[in-house]
Amino acid sequence: MKSTVLRLGFTLAACATLVVACSSSGSGNGGGGGGGNTPPKMETPSAVGKGEGQLNLIAWPGYAEDGSNDPAVNWVTPFETKTGCQVNVKVGNTSDEMVQLMRTGQYDGVSASGNATLKLIYAGDVAPVNTSLVPNYATITPFLKDRPWNSVNGQMYGIPHGWGANLLMYNIGVVTDAPDSWASVFTDAGKYKGKVTAYDDPIYIADAALYLSKSKPELGIKDPYSLTSEQLDAAVELLKAQKENVGEYWSDYTKAVQAFESGTSVIGTTWQVIANLIGTDNKVQVNTVLPKEGATGWSDTWMVSSKAAHPNCMYQWMDWITSPEINAQVAEYFGEAPAQTKACEHTTQKDFCDVYHATDQKFSDQIHYWTTPQQQCVDGSGDNCTTYDQWVDKWQQIKG
Amino acid sequence: MTVRRRAALAFLLVPPMAWLVLAYLGSLAVLLVSAFWGRNSFTGAVVHEFTGKNVIRVLTDELFRAVTLRTLGVALLVTVLCMVLAVPLALYMAKVASPRARLMLVVAVTTPLWASYLVKAYAWRMLLSPEGPLAWGTGYSPGYGLTATIITLTYLWLPYMVIPVFAAFERVPDSLLDASADLGASDASTLRMVVAPLVFPGIVAGSIFTFSLSMGDYIAVKIVGGTTQLLGNVIYEKLVDNQPLAAALSLIPLTAIVLYMLAVKRTGALENV
Repeated sequence: MKSTVLRLGFTLAACATLVVACSSSGSGNGGGGGGGNTPPKMETPSAVGKGEGQLNLIAWPGYAEDGSNDPAVNWVTPFETKTGCQVNVKVGNTSDEMVQLMRTGQYDGVSASGNATLKLIYAGDVAPVNTSLVPNYATITPFLKDRPWNSVNGQMYGIPHGWGANLLMYNIGVVTDAPDSWASVFTDAGKYKGKVTAYDDPIYIADAALYLSKSKPELGIKDPYSLTSEQLDAAVELLKAQKENVGEYWSDYTKAVQAFESGTSVIGTTWQVIANLIGTDNKVQVNTVLPKEGATGWSDTWMVSSKAAHPNCMYQWMDWITSPEINAQVAEYFGEAPAQTKACEHTTQKDFCDVYHATDQKFSDQIHYWTTPQQQCVDGSGDNCTTYDQWVDKWQQIKG
Repeated sequence: MTVRRRAALAFLLVPPMAWLVLAYLGSLAVLLVSAFWGRNSFTGAVVHEFTGKNVIRVLTDELFRAVTLRTLGVALLVTVLCMVLAVPLALYMAKVASPRARLMLVVAVTTPLWASYLVKAYAWRMLLSPEGPLAWGTGYSPGYGLTATIITLTYLWLPYMVIPVFAAFERVPDSLLDASADLGASDASTLRMVVAPLVFPGIVAGSIFTFSLSMGDYIAVKIVGGTTQLLGNVIYEKLVDNQPLAAALSLIPLTAIVLYMLAVKRTGALENV
């Protein structure tokens, strides 16, 4: 027995040495960190050639619909017919998952939110984009261009897709008092003990911080992504108390749909697309509301992988998804403001862009877009903020 | 002749050995090595420089200790529950039931293995739902959580316990039972002194399956566990933002299973399986 163990040990050690020897040549990008360092230098293409016949995308649910969820909702098949690029979609449930998937190098592009974009840019996972090769970029909402989350030193790293807020959703059969405050999932969550739900991602800490910024002004929270350790601890306390009332967390949107349909969850944070999937002809009726404290949200950008095997198809996709008709369809299906200004002429609901304030910069500035918390406070208030790594550890502790 | 035989032997042995060494031991080695890599704290990308931080953190972090203990508890409880359910059933199947009934029972025990793991886990999700059939029929449901996880895992792994225990009971010769009875032993004494020692290796073999499968599970708990997290969930989550730490964490179940196997080896149960 002893000799077997020894032999096994030797074999493992030998393999390990081999692996180390082979892998140490591939250098990791040691730099990084927003601000100070620069992303790896990369050339942008000067022309879009013929499509490569395939396109592998990582997308948020509802961003690349091919009719399998609803036969009437399909903008992937027309794209395939037009360009000959066969589209394979991998749905990402969280930003971290998307970053992880992009690092495999097997995908051509991603619809990245603000808490993924900079990680991807600084790690060299995505390439800068030559916006002149995407004709529809010209009419993208001006306040989405050259923003800190999608560009570095004036170089765009993608094409804006759309933006919106995380909403409060509730089952109108159970929650009858029409809540309009996040208090209903935090301080008053006990009313629906065991039936509250929340988004299973460290970035959800920002939702608690946002609520605290209004309910406990003495904490001095100004930006939910720029938290000192005391402020972070206060948010964590709130979330730990919330956990007592949470039945399940969701990160898989289909699970959120199922939990609401089966009555397992009755109130919690959501995306409009989830409410749309539950639908209006269901026995469970839900309502979504933008609470009075405001909301966290997302501003998404289509980015091209630096290792894309099908860059031409990806450029064609970025132009397709931001074209007026298609961007209108995506925005209406997902329930978000389209990035394309001309999309507003093509929505089936005539006042859609007004409802979502699509071209209203003032409104847009009030949403707290997902971003990666850093020690150098992202709102510029100092350099004593907690980092995303600390958020991740705290989130794990909250879940216990 | 001998050259030919050797060639034939090599032809037969090389594929499985290559599989074992390259695919299995190789991936274990990669895991072991990547546990010592660093990571860029902003982008989360893996940096290939040696650090012992991950392993130290795994050993000292209170959260990981709590989750490890919870996972070990679940794995042991599921194993014990499977034993309690499987032993009487297997005894009945092997020694009491008519051949026809035995066949029916073997089919009944193994049929669930034909269905996908996910289908079975989701079936339990439906059944245990606070608004589901169980609550409707009996007025009580444990809801989603640790209890639901243990019930579901016990259901999922039960066949892996029943089959080896049933095989062990079947191998006990009836003549031994007769001899024991002729010598004046009661049924209980026969079970305890004659049957139990012979069946023990079968139970141990089954427990290896139930223990290690429960140790590594993270999907069932996602489906029916409510807010509960087990080691597998923590590893899965770390995989998306901190791969080296995930690798270091996965050494815990690996160690637990190796220790379990060594303990099993000490009982001598593996000698004649």
